[in-house]
Amino acid sequence: MPEQPPYEEEEFHHGPEGPPPEDLAIAPTGFGGTMDLGSSEAETLEKTPGGPEGTGPKEKPRSLWSDAWRDLRRNPVFIISGLVILFLVVISIWPGLITTQSPLKCDLSKAQQGSQPGHPFGFDGQGCDVYTRTVYGTRISISVGVLATIGVALLGSFLGGLAGFYGGMGDSILSRITDIFFAIPVVLGGLVLLSVVTSNTIWPVVGFMVLLGWPQVSRIARGSVITTKENDYVHAARALGASNSRMLLRHITPNAVAPVIVVATIALGTYISLEATLSYLGVGLKPPTVSWGIDISSASAYIRQAPHMLLWPAGALAITVLAFIMLGDAVRDALDPKLR
Amino acid sequence: MLLEVRDLQVEFRTRDGVAKAVNGVNYSVDEGQTLAVLGESGSGKSVTAQAVMGILDMPPGKITGGEILFKGKDLLKYKEEERRKVRGAEMAMIFQDALSSLNPVISVGDQLGEMFIVHRGMSRKDARAKAVELMEHVRIPGAKERVRDYPHQFSGGMRQRIMIAMALALEPSLIIADEPTTALDVTVQAQVMDLLAELQRELNMGLILITHDLGVVADVADKIAVMYAGRIVEEAPVHDIYKAPAHPYTKGLLDSIPRLDQKGQELYAIKGLPPNLMHIPPGCAFNPRCPMAQDICRSEVPPLAEVDADRGSACFFWRECLDDSSRN
Repeated sequence: MPEQPPYEEEEFHHGPEGPPPEDLAIAPTGFGGTMDLGSSEAETLEKTPGGPEGTGPKEKPRSLWSDAWRDLRRNPVFIISGLVILFLVVISIWPGLITTQSPLKCDLSKAQQGSQPGHPFGFDGQGCDVYTRTVYGTRISISVGVLATIGVALLGSFLGGLAGFYGGMGDSILSRITDIFFAIPVVLGGLVLLSVVTSNTIWPVVGFMVLLGWPQVSRIARGSVITTKENDYVHAARALGASNSRMLLRHITPNAVAPVIVVATIALGTYISLEATLSYLGVGLKPPTVSWGIDISSASAYIRQAPHMLLWPAGALAITVLAFIMLGDAVRDALDPKLR
Repeated sequence: MLLEVRDLQVEFRTRDGVAKAVNGVNYSVDEGQTLAVLGESGSGKSVTAQAVMGILDMPPGKITGGEILFKGKDLLKYKEEERRKVRGAEMAMIFQDALSSLNPVISVGDQLGEMFIVHRGMSRKDARAKAVELMEHVRIPGAKERVRDYPHQFSGGMRQRIMIAMALALEPSLIIADEPTTALDVTVQAQVMDLLAELQRELNMGLILITHDLGVVADVADKIAVMYAGRIVEEAPVHDIYKAPAHPYTKGLLDSIPRLDQKGQELYAIKGLPPNLMHIPPGCAFNPRCPMAQDICRSEVPPLAEVDADRGSACFFWRECLDDSSRN
């Protein structure tokens, strides 16, 4: 299109014959037609201060982020998941706060015994305290999840952002590479790649997650940057002499980062469960590292005799993953302007 | 001459073919002068402006010929980095929709201040002070308090004032305003236009005003260039054109303005549609819609004939058109 369409067409072409799909999505009834469209339009108008300039009560300047934060503070889902995550983070940094024992101090004579005073969750197959091991497992799970997410988010948004901004050949190549990575089954890939690793640290697992996870973020970041760079304010910044890096960092990134944050938050939960999956399969973390996945794996053999050994680490894993997914949902709701 | 566009040609290469958006445009503007570029959507007026600014998306756009002389130097020969330094500092652009032209996540003070940080290397604090100064200059009430506000907290007129302030921040010698008042209320339109004209006089800038609103043009412009299908079909001092247009297209545009003395009569409209830029009709691009079209119009492209010393018309029959308009 050689010419920009006139403003009216772009903004108010909400004829009853063809309302944009977003409007249908927020319209309470499917056939609300003009009435619903009218009310949503009135809302948009209301948000633009129309009164005489400089008058009226002075409200604090609000950005997208402070708006989102205001929404989040009122959202019970956010509060609950936030508190759970806060608790998990605290005990992963200072497990000594709620347990005084060592996860590696085991007494075989107590193997598979149930709950008893001082050991509320009972003992596992090696006679280790399940409660302490579950508490210490948090550290590994959270570290792996957080590190993998940071790596994925940085690598993915860097590559995807550049590809989306510059387009052309590099973009095509990157898109094909992401397609290839999407074709790799995660668990199978983990079994193949991690089975050759002998290191006993969390880094191979984190590295594997970053390797397989970045294409997802890269695709989101690319799409988000492509939509954002078409905005008038980016053209305007360019017309006023902003350099490419300035446009990308100052004008595009802050406006394009929201979807990446949402995807990353939800992905954090899935990385935690992926770590457990890989450890369960014996290719993730290895003993003596304390991990929910390892504990679940060793407990699964005794599920009929001593189910408590399985239930506690599995429950902790489920709660953690759920908390991150709920947090991601809440963040998405707060950052998605279409839902307002 | 401050800016001289010579025989500019721009194409858009799309999947469906090549759209010739600009086909040999010539215009010029001097310091302190206002040139109004008039035309329908798709006439190439914005594309020409984007080419001058160097913000055309390439690809799909491509400048296939011509020169853009700014202060005597051909901008098309500049490297991108040199070009960028010209933008904002020596020439700036004001866009149609100020809300979407301002970054929603950065406060207006920071956006204004950015001009000084990018081009002048000022500190954040000095830039902020400059931003307040600029906001006062474009008469935003309570500038000191509002400098931290975000674009959506301003009304349309105020936002356009901020946009103007941004464009004028570094006192460029050329401003291109692409339909600066189209998105505003009629009452605000006049205020914004007055402000722009006043600042232009104050800074002695050249102004290219792109518009399809003939009412806006009459008050502020010195000369008018009317564009159709990527060419300038008529160029004239503003009063001459209103008195007696020398091109049937200009005449059609002027006749389609509602007038009080024609109350009750049907409003004139130019029949037909603007041409598809991928298939511009042979000969004069306007011929399928022209009431005066003859055989020659369908086979030959009319050159810009000199009507007067400072006036031109790209019509074989400009004399007849002029006589016809003068009679009415």
